[in-house]
Amino acid sequence: MSKNINVALIGNPNTGKTSVFNQLTGLNQKVGNYPGITVEKKEGICKLPRGVKAHILDLPGTYSLNTTSLDESLVVELLLNKNDKDYPDVAVVISDVENLKRNLFLFTQIKDLKIPTILVINMADRMSRKGISLDVAAMEEKLDTKIALVSTRKRQGIDRLKELIADYKNISSAPNLDAKRISPEYFERLQRTFPNEDLYKLWLVITQDVNFMPIEKKRIQDATDFTTKSKEELKKLQHKETVLRYQFINNTLKETYKVDFLAAKGLRGSLDKLLTHKVFGYLIFFVILLTIFQAIFDWSSYPMDFIDEQFAMASEWVKNTLPPGIFTDLLAEGIIAGIGGIVIFIPQIAFLFLFISLLEESGYMSRVVFLMDRLMRPFGLSGKSIVPLISGTACAIPAVMATRTIENWKERLITILVTPFTTCSARLPVYLILIALVIPKGTFLGLSYQALTLMLLYLIGFGMAIFSAMVLNKILKIKSRSLFMVEMPTYRLPLFKNVAYTVLEKTKSFVFGAGKIILAISIVLWFLGSNGYSDDFKNAEHIVSERIEKDGLSTYSKNYIQNNVASYREAALADGMSATVLQDSITVLTEELKERAIAQEISSYKLEHSYIGQAGKAFEPFVKPLGYDWKIGIAVLTSFAAREVFVGTLATIYSVGSDEEETIKNRMAAELDDEGRPLFNLASGISLMLFYAFAMQCMSTLAIVKRETNSWKWPLFQLGFMSVFAYIVALIAYQLLI
Amino acid sequence: MATVADLIHGQKGIIKDFSEHLLPIKLLELGCLPGNSVELVQVAPLNDPIYINLSGSHIAIRRSLAELIELDIIEETQAP
Ligand SMILES: Nc1nc2c(ncn2[C@@H]2O[C@H](COP(=O)(O)OP(=O)(O)OP(=O)(O)O)[C@@H](O)[C@H]2O)c(=O)[nH]1
Ligand SMILES: [Mg+2]
Repeated sequence: MSKNINVALIGNPNTGKTSVFNQLTGLNQKVGNYPGITVEKKEGICKLPRGVKAHILDLPGTYSLNTTSLDESLVVELLLNKNDKDYPDVAVVISDVENLKRNLFLFTQIKDLKIPTILVINMADRMSRKGISLDVAAMEEKLDTKIALVSTRKRQGIDRLKELIADYKNISSAPNLDAKRISPEYFERLQRTFPNEDLYKLWLVITQDVNFMPIEKKRIQDATDFTTKSKEELKKLQHKETVLRYQFINNTLKETYKVDFLAAKGLRGSLDKLLTHKVFGYLIFFVILLTIFQAIFDWSSYPMDFIDEQFAMASEWVKNTLPPGIFTDLLAEGIIAGIGGIVIFIPQIAFLFLFISLLEESGYMSRVVFLMDRLMRPFGLSGKSIVPLISGTACAIPAVMATRTIENWKERLITILVTPFTTCSARLPVYLILIALVIPKGTFLGLSYQALTLMLLYLIGFGMAIFSAMVLNKILKIKSRSLFMVEMPTYRLPLFKNVAYTVLEKTKSFVFGAGKIILAISIVLWFLGSNGYSDDFKNAEHIVSERIEKDGLSTYSKNYIQNNVASYREAALADGMSATVLQDSITVLTEELKERAIAQEISSYKLEHSYIGQAGKAFEPFVKPLGYDWKIGIAVLTSFAAREVFVGTLATIYSVGSDEEETIKNRMAAELDDEGRPLFNLASGISLMLFYAFAMQCMSTLAIVKRETNSWKWPLFQLGFMSVFAYIVALIAYQLLI
Repeated sequence: MATVADLIHGQKGIIKDFSEHLLPIKLLELGCLPGNSVELVQVAPLNDPIYINLSGSHIAIRRSLAELIELDIIEETQAP
């Protein structure tokens, strides 16, 4: 069997390349109704008729081979490099039947590179609505190719496409346009200097501004007997090329493509009027954002409470059923507690991804770009920055990658640098648990204080992103001309399958990605928390019993006993228990509670003198001014790997330090500081939330910023700036509030 | 001389000429060529950017770019 056929899927943005890719390969790459969903190469294998296999490459969309942004240049890079392992044996150009004229422009360019090229006319299901009729056979003739009329929504035409790919050797690779027609004189000379090379390819190398092929370009410049032209002259020729191509296309379409405008109908007109309206447009956008908060905060609290209880129960069950020992402890205190700290946030993460995916699939995202562009510009951002800023509420990593569609480098760099300020889903667990602990329950104008606080935190994150963009815009001295252009796709009813798949996939990768880190950190923490080398650690029982004899129980334990007794008394009185019986049983209960309290004090004394306790104590002076004790300090420190580790770390530390099975939240609420006040109070809670709002605590984001900016300079700048800023703000907040 | 930036809601024009050396090639490739039609669909709040139908492509561009494209405005067709 010979090697697989290399197939590249190329086309304008948003024409359904990824949808075709998914159907050919059976994979499930992300699809969305916004130009620029795919910004990287994706590959897959497709089984063709007669036992042949094809290696399929999905590429970012591009309007032409003249590229203006990074995602587009990937395509040109591939097509101009015959030695690339992915260099296509056959190119499949995916076009949208509604925009055929423009789509064919790219088609003719690729065909002129003398690559066998198949044309897919996608979205065939929309033809009757739009009053479009085609003469495929005549069009095949004119374009000198084979055409597959496809609808990925209706699963039509894919088999024919497979046939065509398998049979690619019979597809003509003759060009549509003779490059010499652009400028006979110039191209003759070019041909004489490089007699064995493809003219159109040389022409692309000469005219591309992107510096992805410096060697090739230099080779042409160095050719002594060839003088290239000035930029202006070249541009004139490009202009001429464009006109020639459109002449050819218009000629082709005149007889083969008909639109009956009277039959055409669509929602575009009326919906656009509403959604991009000067007042209603913003109002609707605002209401959508509000709904998202409501969902995240309110609707998801029911499943979350349920999950929290389940994990507390599971942990207790393990402790009671398995034989006591080191493994059981590890399972109950380290692993289950740590994992519980992340699983609990699944409902919220899922809601977030659901909304973002709906915004993208419906076509609304482009309208938001349109609405926001003018507002973003004074801050050095582009309307397109809104997409990373919104999807950054899910995760900064795909958001930073989404900046690839921004044409202007300065606008793009600023967007990359400020995106990590938006409140990502990893911050959500931290915020939610702190809000539940320190923000009172009341309501204001029908909205709960807690929901308002969350909303405020999102606004702070967003505001900080905008503010630092403004500062960076002033500081950074980068000159680059911008061409802002965004396509407004037709509105589409989101496909349930696409949305459900995105939500499932994203949630899964969040849980497993974070889960791995959390699991590892939990185990390490548990080990460091249950072992120690000092004498204090080894003689904990003795030391604590002596102290209790001398000074009595700690405030924490006294509260613990009092609260339990009080609630017991209440319950008993409600049951109608007689006073004497009650007195006796309370005495028994108090004894029992006291014993437990002592055990607990021993555990926490041990924890304090374990490895982790000693490390935490050493670190404490740094976080003390912010209102945190050493346990929170450890959680903050481990969060520099990933923010969501915070809750898991505390859960692990507290379960090691206690004998009771309790929900994470209750345990945090019971923690006291040195003066016997709740450790998580308004001042320290706000200080913590602000710290998490601003600090750069995510290794993966740093790695992706390094990749996207191609240097360590920017991620390190981000890390330093954001962390110092976070520390200062948290410090000020605590000192003012305490 | 009228430009795309002068169009009002729902008005159409035929592209005449443009400042060739300023206009990015990309726009030409999207169909911004003499003889093609442009219709103004929407104007964003604060008057910028504008949303046009460029011979079948629905795109939004900034006003500064629109000012470079000269056209003949087609006088009021019958109201839709
Ligand atoms: N009606 C209809 N919609 C389709 C069809 N194929 C794809 N779509 C929709 O078109 C939109 C774009 O699809 P994608 O597959 O993401 O397009 P793409 O070309 O990969 O887009 P980029 O990666 O952003 O360049 C999605 O909303 C799809 O659901 C089709 O045959 N009919
Ligand atoms: Mg795609």
